[in-house]
Amino acid sequence: MAQQPAATHTEVQQEAGGHENFPPFNAHTFPSQLLWLAISFGALYLVMARVALPKLGGVIEARKARIAKDLDDAASMQQKADAAAAAHEKTIAEARAKALALAQEARDKLAAETAAKRKILEDELAAKLAAADQQIAATRAQAMSNVETIAREAAGAIFERILGRTPDSQAIAQAVAATKNG
Amino acid sequence: MAAEAGSAINPIEQFSVVPIVPIHIGNLDLSLTNSSLYMLIAVGIVSALMLIGANGSTGAPGRLQALAEMAYEFMAGMLRSAAGDHAEEFFPFVFCIFMFVLILNLIGIIPYTFSVTSHIVITAALALLVFFTVVIVGIARHGAHFFKNFVPPGVPVYILPLVVALEVVSFMTRPVSHSVRLFANMLAGHITLNVFGGFTIMLLGAATVIFRPLAVLPLVMNVGLEALEVLVAFLQAYVFAMLTCMYLNDALHPGGH
Repeated sequence: MAQQPAATHTEVQQEAGGHENFPPFNAHTFPSQLLWLAISFGALYLVMARVALPKLGGVIEARKARIAKDLDDAASMQQKADAAAAAHEKTIAEARAKALALAQEARDKLAAETAAKRKILEDELAAKLAAADQQIAATRAQAMSNVETIAREAAGAIFERILGRTPDSQAIAQAVAATKNG
Repeated sequence: MAAEAGSAINPIEQFSVVPIVPIHIGNLDLSLTNSSLYMLIAVGIVSALMLIGANGSTGAPGRLQALAEMAYEFMAGMLRSAAGDHAEEFFPFVFCIFMFVLILNLIGIIPYTFSVTSHIVITAALALLVFFTVVIVGIARHGAHFFKNFVPPGVPVYILPLVVALEVVSFMTRPVSHSVRLFANMLAGHITLNVFGGFTIMLLGAATVIFRPLAVLPLVMNVGLEALEVLVAFLQAYVFAMLTCMYLNDALHPGGH
């Protein structure tokens, strides 16, 4: 790499009697190195101190602030979510209680209606039963009176067949009644 | 790394400063050299990276953005921990020193490039810049209190002169150790790489064919050394910046206050 200039340098240094074989101690190159160090380091310092570092520091600060804000937002949102969840739970509990009450009410109403209907039905049935009883009693009474008539007629017929004459219906009626009662 | 082409391998040649645009003012040679070029390249890389970071979004950072912010946060943390309070105004200075040295160190590892930080004049200039910044800021801020740095608390009076003398000497020699540490590390690393590279070439060109496959050994060694050099590049930039922070701490809080 660039053998030629290095060689000329070496010659120059040999004339000057410097450290021609060890470039880091070659004082001939010092002014140039120092000048360019000053230029480049000065430029770097200016760019860093004036522009790059303040802005980069701002970027980092802004990001930190943003992260902190995001975390705060997240925390507040979490809180909101918790509150919403609690409200939701409450609503559900209320709705459930309401539904239970409603169901109870409906059940009670239904039970009352059923009871009323049953009562009516029972009353009806009881009335029908009573009527049937009465009818049975009447029928039986009638049947019993019929039995007397039949017995009287039968007794009259038997009497007639055996004695050959028409019986006194009055007497037969008395006799039947007496038998019946005796 | 320029020596590979030559038959005689000179591990020092890679450090040659070669003019690209000759500039002579009076007796001074102020030419734009390969050293100047690499310094300008480093400035360009650092500026580009940090300007990308500076114009980045406040949302999720991209890769370059994350790199720029990592460098920023890293140096800000170092300055805060090593230089204490009220050091914020020196942040750009320390940041520039770190990034400048780091990028120059890293560029230097790439074969065929020039390692600017392997020149003592560059590291000494940076170390003296730090030294005089510390002295000037220290005296401007604290006046005579700055010299408390040379008087450690709790030292018996009869050995105080000795201790103060030692402290002054150690303070004065700071730029030397500060600059030589970086210079010597970079220089030694590059010489080592070059020497092993030279072994590879020598073995490849060996007259006895049997020896030629052995060329792979120094090559393997060089691969390991390259990795080590990356570590050294980071470490030396870190040490250089860390020492800068600690010296600034002396200027800002003399006597450890």
